[in-house]
Amino acid sequence: MEEYTLLRQFADSWMLLLLFLVFVGIIFWAFRPGSSKTHEDTANIPFRHVDAPISDQTEAQEDKAATSEEART
Amino acid sequence: MLNYIKLVVLGLIALFSMMAINYARDEAYMVHAIIVLLLSVGMFLWILRKTDEPDIPIDYSGEYMDGVIRYGVIATAFWGVVGFLVGVYIAFQLAFPALNFEWAQGYANFGRLRPLHTSAVIFAFGGNALLATSFYVVQRTSAARLWGGNLAWFVFWGYQLFIVLAATGYLLGGTQSKEYAEPEWYVDLWLTIVWVAYLAVYLGTIIKRKEPHIYVANWFYLAFIVTVAMLHVVNNLTVPVSIWGSKSVILWSGVQDAMVQWWYGHNAVGFFLTAGFLGMMYYFIPKQAGRPVYSYKLSIIHFWALIFLYIWAGPHHLHYTALPDWASTLGMVFSVILWMPSWGGMINGLMTLSGAWDKLRTDPVIRMMVISLGFYGMSTFEGPMMSIRAVNSLSHYTDWTIGHVHSGALGWNGMITFGALYYLVPVLWKRERLYSLSLVSWHFWLATIGIILYAASLWVAGITQGLMWREVDANGFLVNSFADSVSAVIPMYVVRAIGGVFFLVGAAIMCYNLWMTVRRAPAKEASLTVAVPAE
Repeated sequence: MEEYTLLRQFADSWMLLLLFLVFVGIIFWAFRPGSSKTHEDTANIPFRHVDAPISDQTEAQEDKAATSEEART
Repeated sequence: MLNYIKLVVLGLIALFSMMAINYARDEAYMVHAIIVLLLSVGMFLWILRKTDEPDIPIDYSGEYMDGVIRYGVIATAFWGVVGFLVGVYIAFQLAFPALNFEWAQGYANFGRLRPLHTSAVIFAFGGNALLATSFYVVQRTSAARLWGGNLAWFVFWGYQLFIVLAATGYLLGGTQSKEYAEPEWYVDLWLTIVWVAYLAVYLGTIIKRKEPHIYVANWFYLAFIVTVAMLHVVNNLTVPVSIWGSKSVILWSGVQDAMVQWWYGHNAVGFFLTAGFLGMMYYFIPKQAGRPVYSYKLSIIHFWALIFLYIWAGPHHLHYTALPDWASTLGMVFSVILWMPSWGGMINGLMTLSGAWDKLRTDPVIRMMVISLGFYGMSTFEGPMMSIRAVNSLSHYTDWTIGHVHSGALGWNGMITFGALYYLVPVLWKRERLYSLSLVSWHFWLATIGIILYAASLWVAGITQGLMWREVDANGFLVNSFADSVSAVIPMYVVRAIGGVFFLVGAAIMCYNLWMTVRRAPAKEASLTVAVPAE
């Protein structure tokens, strides 16, 4: 079989099916149970850390603050 | 030690470019060799002066890398005005051919200036906007400083060098005559190096992110960077005729070459001018509106649908050519389907404002972002329609296509970029607000009226041309000569050029406003979000 014909047949059968299934899979994945909470958190990323990155120091501070808060309650 | 290696490399580049000047087979190549020589000698001296100086390491890990973004913002505004200016000039050249001056033939006639205009607005204005905003967005949404230290500076300056080489090459005739891919082989190679560095900086930052999830804007930016790398390499597989000359020969031939070219060309629109700018939209519209994107699920589906579909749409540029019918049908079908994710994205952006629509009255910056989505929606409806073969038989090769491109480029890319610049400048230069909101309103209306004049006049011109070219008499002879159709559209060309002047004046007002924001607007107090002691 000619290379062109072979590739052409593969492209509009198995590859097409594969890509279509991947796409459908992505849609189901987006709507999977429990995704809404994750998505809400992710959608709010632009409103955090506007001025400075999380460096190792601030991370340690945040951990400390979290533990002291737990200690108080 | 690293400095010594740099000095050796720069010395070798300088030596090579001196030889290149001597052996140069054409003007464009020689001028480029001179540019590279001057640059490498300058950098040699600059690095030499720094060598063996005591090096005090400073810890920057606690702050974002914003210097390169500030440069990117300035470059965006600068190249924007340059690109619009050349566009206005060539629009007047079409309306008044006498502006193709005799003394400037071969350098500043329409044929030489047109690629300068398209590349200046797409790659210099749009490219710098994407560089600056992507560096800004990836840091903020990853809560991490840019990866790779000064590599980001290399990306910025390397990209500017690419722009200068491309622009001077066009004027001097160094072009491989491929739409949106005119630069010759050595400029292509340079861009490849810069682009790989860009990808490394971007991916590196995402990999070291502190947020568990990758925000959707980053997906769009990443798709833009990766796909443009692939398109650029495949469409520029050329063999140089000589290492001392700019001429090269492309690997593809005939209809394959045409198909590769428009696979590249349409995806340059799809991934450079759409995916990248959607990344901008998904960050700056929520920021300016002060609320998260309308539906994050929709944004995921929007992303994957756009990625899956766009890559197939290219063949609609080659209806009624030697391209097989199945391929052009495929391109047409995918173009029409593409309408859906495009409008899904537009709706997602517009609905982000639900509950905050009153901001449209008070905030001209968000008005700008919203109208950019309006133009995005309009041109992503017009595009699929024009890709249908029957419509294309009327619109192809006419000025309707140029009108369509400009309602997308000026309306969507231009307006969203202006909105992002108005957002970024006060933040990056730590100002409380913009210098003048009424000047933003002036810019908004001038730009909008300019685009409407532009698009409307070219609809009329394009349909006039399409109808005149296909008109035959009872015996099957063409009724009009080509020159008839040219003289019929000259009034529309004048209106189009005036629309361009409106848009250019708006951009100039923006530059003044941004300049005055940096110079005059009140400085911002140190941000209160950092560490306020409780007791």
